[in-house]
Amino acid sequence: MTKDFEPLIIGFTCNWCSYRAADMAGTARLKYPPNVRLIRLMCSGRIDPSFILKALAGGADGVLITGCHPGECHYLEQNYKALRRVKLLKRTLAPFGINPDRVKLVWASAAEGVKLAREIGVFVEEIRELGPLNWPARSTPEINPVVEEVEEVAG
Amino acid sequence: MSDKPKFAMYWAASCGGCEIAVLNIHEKILDVDANFDIAFWPVAMDAKYKDVEAMEDGSILLTLFNGGIRTEENEHLAKLLRKKSQILVAFGSCAVEGGNPGLANFSTKDQIFETVYSTVSTENPDGVYPQPSFEMPEGTITIPVFEPVLRTLDQVVDVDYYMPGCPPESHQIEAVIDLVIQVLEGKAELPPKGATIGVGPSTCCDECTRTRNVKKIKEFRRIQLVDDIDPDLCLLEQGILCVGPATASGCGAKCPTAGAPCIGCYGPAAGVVDFGARMMTAVASVIDSRDPDEIDRILDGIVDPAGTFYKFNLAHSLLRTGNATWNGK
Repeated sequence: MTKDFEPLIIGFTCNWCSYRAADMAGTARLKYPPNVRLIRLMCSGRIDPSFILKALAGGADGVLITGCHPGECHYLEQNYKALRRVKLLKRTLAPFGINPDRVKLVWASAAEGVKLAREIGVFVEEIRELGPLNWPARSTPEINPVVEEVEEVAG
Repeated sequence: MSDKPKFAMYWAASCGGCEIAVLNIHEKILDVDANFDIAFWPVAMDAKYKDVEAMEDGSILLTLFNGGIRTEENEHLAKLLRKKSQILVAFGSCAVEGGNPGLANFSTKDQIFETVYSTVSTENPDGVYPQPSFEMPEGTITIPVFEPVLRTLDQVVDVDYYMPGCPPESHQIEAVIDLVIQVLEGKAELPPKGATIGVGPSTCCDECTRTRNVKKIKEFRRIQLVDDIDPDLCLLEQGILCVGPATASGCGAKCPTAGAPCIGCYGPAAGVVDFGARMMTAVASVIDSRDPDEIDRILDGIVDPAGTFYKFNLAHSLLRTGNATWNGK
């Protein structure tokens, strides 16, 4: 693992909770690592495992799935489906040579901006520890231009 | 040879079942003979590769190519037959999407050789491993190199049509042969290039005669370990992992009708991006639990999820396309 490895993480957020939590984190000027690219869906239950596979196949080092707390789904119980899908997907990944810990499910309500920001930070460090996925055989870790820009600004 | 159009069939990394399937079309095989000259078909008649090499480009009208591309020889023949054929059909699961031999892509070449040549069931006291070339007093002898991964036919050459199935069903082969003959007689047109032929428009479940209700699964069971299977009820509902929901129709749901779960040989149904992903979605949706621990216990009943969900589709899976090593580079 190289010191300058910056994980690239795709984050799927739910319109009704975690996306608003991320919004709140932003409004509150909370800091979280810029490694995560958030994609808004209407519900964590919208996530087809092919989205996650495509992210990993396309160069993501980790995938974060966020949804409403159990019992609080806007569509009643789709977040339980997400839970079961993620559990099954993680069991399927290992034979492919992908550490199942690269996929993580986190619950965050619309009020939990602080929690979401913290969880993103934790996940980025977990992926940093695992190193680059190297799955389309990347020879050198991609340094993201956005990250460089931020570092430049930060001096 | 007469001036009838030429037909060829070739087997690469396959079991030979596709060849049997073509011979299993009964009297229709006489139509093949009446309308085509068989130019090259190693399982049915003697011909040498050099005979094919000597043919003019595009001189074979129709080639049914079955089997995945596992060795240098497979690749050579795929490229050769592509050049010599006007219509190249990926015939059967292995050529279309890798099939069972594609499951070897979960292992490296070294792991495969170790399993084949040095595990406990193998009698190989001198530790002999295959060598691509070997010096003999009479000269150098060679065998085709075993490539790092199994590739599908369309990962090696341009393919005109796909015809899945392990093997394709007789009535589907008959229908395709009828169509080609009609095209020759000017009575029909070929489907658009790249089409999947010989399949139905829906899923295996649609053809299945078993009764389907609301699925609420509390336990997955392996079919060989249970003896109380309801003959009329959906197998998935009974906790038997059946991959019919992701599989294209076209076979007439032969396996579930006979009491065995669908294993997915007819390939992904229309609109399915990744066969395994579709099955994960389907299975996760019908598990009847909200408790993380109980979900884990239920999922423990699926002994080999990756091998089950990608039994035929691994070489064509979404993850596979993202991995350069697996692309043989």
